[in-house]
Formats: sequence, structure tokens, C-alpha cells
Amino acid sequence: MSVDLSQFHQVFFEESFEGLDVMESELLDMDPADVDDETVNNIFRAAHSIKGGAGTFGFMPVSEFTHVLETLLDEIRSGKRSMEPRYVDLFLQSVDCLRGMLSDMQDGNDPEKERPAELRKEFEVILGMEQGAADPEEAMPESDEKDGGWLIDVQPHTDMLMTGNEPFRMFRELRELVGEDNFEVTADTDNIPELSSLTPEECVTSWQIKVTTSTPIDDIKAIFEWVEDECDLTYSPLTGAAETVSKNQDQQSQETPATASEETPEQVAEKTPEKTPVVVEAQKTAKSSKAPKKAAESSSIRVSIDKVDSLINMVGELVITQSMLGQLGQDFDLSRLAKLQEGLSQLEQNTRELQESVMKIRMMPISFAFSRFPRLVRDLGGQLGKKVILETIGEQTELDKTVMEKINDPLVHLVRNSMDHGLETTEQRIAAGKSEEGTITLNAYHQGGNIVIEVADDGAGLNEDRILKKAIEKGLVPENNNLTPEEIHNLIFLPGFSTAEAVSDISGRGVGMDVVRRNIQALNGSIEVKSQRNVGSTFIIRLPLTLAILDGQLVKVCEETYIFPLVSIVESIQIHRSSLNHVTGSQYVMQLRDEYIPIVRLDQIFGLRDDKDVVDEMMLVVVEGDNEKIGIVVDDLLGQQQVVIKSLEQNYQKVSGISGATILGDGTVALIIDISSIGKNIVPVKRNQNRSERAA
Amino acid sequence: MTSILAVDDSASMRQMVSFTLKGAGFDVREATDGVEALEIAKTESFDLVLTDVNMPNMNGIELVKNLRQLDNYKFTPMLMLTTESAGDMKMQGKQAGATGWIVKPFNPDQLLSTIKRVLG
Repeated sequence: MSVDLSQFHQVFFEESFEGLDVMESELLDMDPADVDDETVNNIFRAAHSIKGGAGTFGFMPVSEFTHVLETLLDEIRSGKRSMEPRYVDLFLQSVDCLRGMLSDMQDGNDPEKERPAELRKEFEVILGMEQGAADPEEAMPESDEKDGGWLIDVQPHTDMLMTGNEPFRMFRELRELVGEDNFEVTADTDNIPELSSLTPEECVTSWQIKVTTSTPIDDIKAIFEWVEDECDLTYSPLTGAAETVSKNQDQQSQETPATASEETPEQVAEKTPEKTPVVVEAQKTAKSSKAPKKAAESSSIRVSIDKVDSLINMVGELVITQSMLGQLGQDFDLSRLAKLQEGLSQLEQNTRELQESVMKIRMMPISFAFSRFPRLVRDLGGQLGKKVILETIGEQTELDKTVMEKINDPLVHLVRNSMDHGLETTEQRIAAGKSEEGTITLNAYHQGGNIVIEVADDGAGLNEDRILKKAIEKGLVPENNNLTPEEIHNLIFLPGFSTAEAVSDISGRGVGMDVVRRNIQALNGSIEVKSQRNVGSTFIIRLPLTLAILDGQLVKVCEETYIFPLVSIVESIQIHRSSLNHVTGSQYVMQLRDEYIPIVRLDQIFGLRDDKDVVDEMMLVVVEGDNEKIGIVVDDLLGQQQVVIKSLEQNYQKVSGISGATILGDGTVALIIDISSIGKNIVPVKRNQNRSERAA
Repeated sequence: MTSILAVDDSASMRQMVSFTLKGAGFDVREATDGVEALEIAKTESFDLVLTDVNMPNMNGIELVKNLRQLDNYKFTPMLMLTTESAGDMKMQGKQAGATGWIVKPFNPDQLLSTIKRVLG
């Protein structure tokens, strides 16, 4: 029977990457001076599984490399040696190395050889000091091949049957091995007690087996390998009567090499080559800066059984409703209208629940994205010579897998940036009266239909003077400007802006904050920064939970229906035309409690009617986008519903002020308003005026 | 039909073992650790138990030890799948009551031939 092992490769890779993540996080959390058994066991188990799987599925380089790593872990686990910081470093580098190797193999390429070889040498140097003698480098040649055959004395211990070992099975195997004609077994029944005192669970018979052929003794011993501890075995050559090769527990160690020769595949892997006693100085800093290859994005997701069960449940409900409606449709008359309506409302509920369940499948806790940061912070801290503590909050906050994958790079950039530019050096911190260690905080939480991710540091804060100077130098803002501190902070998101005096290896990678902002905006998200001198900076990212569906408020303007993202709506009020103040041109503002908000007229923007046609009673929907409130005038508020977003860009072209479209229940197309850009259609200068008005 | 309980925390190994054994006509039940296996073993009976050693919650050695306490499993063959070629792990397994072991890495043919050998 041949089994195609490649069908299990994808699962193997997935679980191996997960195992490496476990190893990494356990190593990062570990205090080498105080390591508990459970931590080492978890690390060992992960390495062990990777080794076992890699060997079985034919990824020998991974299996061989993991073997040395596992050997050191095993020594630590068994208390033979204690954990040291340099081991932690070496293990972490090995995790990176394994990730790269597995990634290469997953892509169908040969794995890198150089790095594993280097690390392996380091392991061997560590292990070599104590292991040299123990390693069975040379298999003990035991060529006890006797021409005349063997006499095997089998004296089972009474409890042999209780291990599931059946003597006759072994005898049968032996008979097959040597041939029926060369096999003779005699039972010694002397120890069998009277029937009344016989315990059927005990083995009280012993046997002598005569093998009259020149079979290698190792082959014979292999048959009895599992019962070496459950019986006394004596092998005597049939010729040369004096020589006896006896075997029992006491001499078991002597036999190991012979036994091991049966286990060819692993044995080959285990015989690690030369033990060159070269002292390799830790070269880790140079090597670890080399970015590991990004693991190939897996196209599958793991879903908990609960989520799948709930989905199956929903489908069951749906089928029931469908069959009910089907029956109703077969002989329908108006008297059953109420029944039909009931069925349809049931269908609506089922569909909604089904949709929610399906969406949940794509949701994953943000801990998947956060989990890479402890390592990043540790390594970067080392490179920068800064002591940094990483805090993560809200790791169980869920978001769509696609959004999560796309937010990874911007997050890495922000964290690197905060560590490089935000946090001060230890000396500067001490001089500023701060704690020696800087703190980077990653915080995720849900707010409305959005997920908010904050990257905060307790560093020096943004240097407004320097930012402004740079912006003026680069011609991004005029010299005489009245920019508020917030506006100065936001200059860092402008294309081509970089305050780093020298391009550093850490965050000066040619990717500016403008790219970060662009990437986030591409996800329908937004980013802003809050900063205070000597206290720190916080970057706040707001993202939709999913890219596919939007909770929308349907509004009517003339004969058209538009959709506002529900999450952006602050409030809706009825207004009278007279409450709008004309500022300039066609621009209106309205005083809403203690603030003035600019008013946007969709009918004007989309050219639906002339100014003079404005009806008197209108609705004002106050929305917030990019931290600014605006009021949008609509004729009427319709219902709220979840809408499936269809891209306007893909189907038509990008239209300013519109983020997409959807198809309504009656088949008509409704446009989804892009709150942050519809606000921008009002000249921003006016808002400064508002602010100065307010200040006045 | 001969029934086998296959226990391994690694999904790929479990799938491989299960696929191989089912293909050879065995009835296979899977468990992801010792605790789950013990629960299953209490309500169903098996002709052979095949278990990994290193598993979370309850490892293979503990599982064998626990199974041997059950009347149904006094004489049931129990094989450990292990990468430990060192005598230590085998010894612990044997003391717990394991019948024998299959050393990883193994291929499907080796697995089948060992299992057939044990089941006669």
C-alpha cells in the first residue's frame, strides 16, 4: 500500500509554524534564572513534534537541525544543565532559522544550508563538552552469526501478558524468519500450578526455542525487543556450547546499538557529523539583523468547532424555513398570507444569523498580529541599546483575517518607529527623570463597528519645532502659517516627510509614515497621532472589522438613496433652513450646541437640485470622519441595514466622496458616502475660520 | 472490524496514521491527547491503542498507565509512537505497561507491518 504523504504537508507546515510561535513566545516570556518545568516542556514538545513530523514527511534538513536543538532542550528538561541566557538567544535564532527552512520547503524550494549549519555548530559546541563519550558514534559490531543456530531460553516474568505482549506472536514471527523446518519450540510446564490455583492473567510457562539456521542474532533479538524487560532471555549458540550471549535488564545498555540499527531513518539523522571543538563566539548580533524570510501566507484558516457547529445549526434552521415556505407555495391562497409573512420574517432572521456566523469564521483575535512584537521589541531593543517593555492590551479583540494580514506591516513600522525615534536612550531617560525602561503599549479594542489599535510610547513625544522646520524646508507648508500643534503632528503623514537626521537601519527604510497612512486608508481606516512633549506619542488606528459588509443608514436625497456608514453617525436632527448660517459662497455652518459644524449639502454636491429648491424641513445627519464633525443635509432618513460593499473603483472608477456602492433589496444601486472625503470637499480653510471663531 | 485508537497531538501525524490505517481496513478513532483518549476508551473498546508520547494534558506514558487500570484494557496491545530512541523513554513506557513502540520517523508501510505483527 502506498500513501501519498504530500497530502499531509500543508497541515504539517501549519502546525509547525504554530509550534515555532509557541516556542518563541515561551522563550521570550522566560526568565532564564527561574525557569519552570512547564515552560521547558512546552518548548520541548513543540520542537519534538516538528522533528517527528519533519522526519516522517521527508523534510530531513529540518528534522536533523531540530534534533540538536531538542537534545539541548532535553538536557535542560531533565535537569542535566540549567537554562542560560545564551541558550535562549540560540533557541530564538533557531526558531527564525526553522521558520525560514520550513517556509522554503513549503514553497517547494531547497532550504537554506548555511545558517542551520552555523547554528548547529554552536549547539554541538555546547553539547560536545559533555556528550562526546555518550554519543554512539560507532555501532558496536556484534557479528554473532553462528552457523549452527541458536538455543533461545525464554523465561517470562509472570506479568508479561499484562503488557499486551503475546508469546505466541513472537514465536510465530521467529518461525517465519527462520523457516518452519529450522524452528523447534519446547514448553516447560513445570511451574504450572493446579487448576484451582491458576491465575489466568499470569504467564507461568517458559520456553526453549531451537533455531537451526545461520540467522543473524540481531534479527532474532529484534523480535524479542519489546519483551526484554518482561522476561529473561538467553541466547546460546548451538555449536561451541560454552559461549552464551545472555540478555536481561542489566545488560540492556550493551544492546542499544544493535537495536538501533533497526531504526535506520532516524539513526542516520542522529549521527550528527564531526564534533569539531571550535569555540564559536556569539555572532548573533550580525546574523539576527538579517530579516528572516516572510512565511508564505497560508490560504487556510483554523476555525473552532463551536463556530462551525453554529453554522451547521443555522443551515439546519434555514432548511426548515425553506421547506415551510416551499410547502406554503404549493397551494397558496390569500388566506395564508399571514403564514407567508411569518415565514419570510423567519427567513430574514435565519439569513442574518447565517451571515453573522459566516462572518465570525473570518474573525480572529488580534493576538495573532500582536504575537510577533515581543520578539521584535526584544531584538530591536538589543540593537538600539534601549531597554524596552512591551505591553499588550485587548489581545482577544477580534477582526477579519484579511484586515489583520494587511495591518501587520503598518503596525511593525509604527512600533519600529516608536522604538527608534520615540523612545529616548537610557541616559536621556534618566536625565529626564523617567524610568530606565521605555514602554511600548499595543492596545486593541472595539468601538462601534470599528476596531481601534493604539501604538503608544512613553518617549520624548513629537518635536514640533523640528517637524515644522523640516516641513518648511521641504516646502510642504509655507513659512508663515498658523498651524496648531495637532496640525503640526499630522505633518509627519505627508508624503516625503522624514525627520530622522540620519537614515537609520531600524525605521529609516525608505517607507515613510505617508505609506503607513495610505495602507491604512486602503483598508477604509484612518490614523491619527496624539503627542505630548516628554510624555510620549500615541498612534491611533481605526479600522473596519471587515471589508465586506457595512452597517449602513439609508438616507433619501431627492429621488436618490445614499448610504452612510452607521459607525460614523453621531446624531440626526431635524433642522429648519433658517438655522443655517451662510459663511461664504455656498458654504453653510450651523451652531450645534457649543460648536459650529460645517454643513454639506449632498443635493448640491451631486447636482440634484438648485439651491432655491431647498425644502424647508430637512434632516441633518451629524457625522464624524477624520476627527472632524460635519453635518450632512438629507431629505429623509430611511432604514438601517447591513449592506454588502461593491467596489466602485473595480466596476467603474474612483469617485471622490463615494467609497463604494451596494445593491438594495429592490435591485436599485445605492452609493455609499465616504465620510472622510466628503468633508474634504468643503475647503479646509473654512474650518480654521470656525476654529478661530470658536476661540473668539 | 479491528478497531484502533490513534492518539497524537500533531494533526499531521494523526491524519497520516489514520489515513494509512483506514486504508488498510481498520476502524480508526482519533484523540488529540491522553485525556481525550482516556474518555473515549472508557465508552468504546479497541483492539489496539497507538499513542504519541509527548502530548499536552496527559502524555502517552500516563495514558498507558491509566488504560492498564481499566479491566477492558488489561491485555490490549498498546504501542507508543516515539522519536526517543533512547532507552529511557522506552523503559518508562514499558514500566507503564506499553506493549512496544514504533520509532519516528516511520513510513506508512512500517506502521502497517508493525501493527499487523502485533495483531497477528
